[in-house]
Amino acid sequence: MSNIFPTLRESPSQTAGPYVHIGLTPNFLGIEGVYVEDAGASMLTPDTKGERITITGRVLDGSGAPVADAVVELWQADADGSYAGARGPHSNTQPAFSGWGRKPVDSEGTFVFETIKPGPVPGPLGKPQAPHAQLWIVARGINIGLQTRLYFADETTANADDFVLNKIADPRRRETLIARREEGAVPRYVLDIHLQGDHETVFFDV
Amino acid sequence: MSNSIHSGGEGELYSRDRAWHPPAFTPDYKTSILRSPRHALLSFRPTVSELTGPVFGDSALGPLDNDLIRNFSQDGADAIGQRLIVYGQVLDENARPVPHTLVEFWQANAGGRYRHKRESYLAPLDPNFGGCGRAITDESGYYHFRTIRPGAYPWPNGGNDWRPAHIHFSVFGHSFAQRLITQMYFEGDPMIWQCPIVGTIPDKAGIEQLIARLDRRNTVPMDALAYRFDIVLRGRRSTIFENKREGN
Ligand SMILES: [Fe+3]
Repeated sequence: MSNIFPTLRESPSQTAGPYVHIGLTPNFLGIEGVYVEDAGASMLTPDTKGERITITGRVLDGSGAPVADAVVELWQADADGSYAGARGPHSNTQPAFSGWGRKPVDSEGTFVFETIKPGPVPGPLGKPQAPHAQLWIVARGINIGLQTRLYFADETTANADDFVLNKIADPRRRETLIARREEGAVPRYVLDIHLQGDHETVFFDV
Repeated sequence: MSNSIHSGGEGELYSRDRAWHPPAFTPDYKTSILRSPRHALLSFRPTVSELTGPVFGDSALGPLDNDLIRNFSQDGADAIGQRLIVYGQVLDENARPVPHTLVEFWQANAGGRYRHKRESYLAPLDPNFGGCGRAITDESGYYHFRTIRPGAYPWPNGGNDWRPAHIHFSVFGHSFAQRLITQMYFEGDPMIWQCPIVGTIPDKAGIEQLIARLDRRNTVPMDALAYRFDIVLRGRRSTIFENKREGN
């Protein structure tokens, strides 16, 4: 039987608190021997196809100080624009790339993901979305996890056409989602997440 | 009616009821003041990026991952404290079970002390208690784990704020937009109602949804009490085709 109306209410969110690392990244914290490896610690396998990149940035509060206890999760498509494990036409059930990463930030608020550049995925009416990664940020003082996206500065044409970016009325605020590219042996895409203040990141209710 | 019509079956996510969740800015919980976005959140129809999410196989877990009494034991001894079974069902807003999803949990020890470099409470560490565990829900959406009852602890916020005994939970669901972190409290604890973090939840009924019930029938005699804690994730609308299924 399918329901037309929801019958239950979502469990209310609560902050991840200052000790989130115990639960999500115990090895990073030094609690070793419980899990072989922290979940989401590495995204790449030798079989992963695509351009190797680094996604990095800082999580900063309304005063510009690092949010040194944050944990950032990333969810992205593979180089062909398929999501691992998804049911449906845009799926890849034998992934050489999980698409999901989880990183605690360091004392400067910096997160670093070693990953690949995602391909474009379908959007409304079958029109492609610009390549992007989903980000989800939790920390002490964040009452409900913050959802946003990271886009790539070298995708100028696709970004100009992206329906999410175009929903942001103020073009200056669009820039809060677009990571700049720094060349190197492995190109780096750099984007700071501002929880508050003049450069506040656009967060989503989606 | 052809089978192809209702294959896929699931539609959009119900939008999140932001008035049911804590707002971002809750000044009684002081850390939220500088960590709360002030602009309106951007809404759009979820795409494949939001509707998909990571998948975790049972093989990812070790045999003691859901046993906090033993999974950090240094000398073979059990963690100190009142022994508990905590279990429950992960459901969506349509009351459908959410099977095969990762549930992670972490907590203080019986004295209220966390094994964390930032922790300064003078209650002692228990050498045999790490404080983390995880489980993957079964076919019917159930998870369970064994632990000890965490202690209440003081924290710097107001001059004398204490957290009620609680266990932190992280849940995935099947869509990245279902991602949720919350906390479980214990039935009958008077400290629930004086906590500024609990108090960020606007509705008393929302708080009550986070209070686990003592379950006498699932206690293990002479061993462990049982508490039941169900978790509800966002649900998805049924597609119109599914609603018109034959026989309805
Ligand atoms: Fe806590």
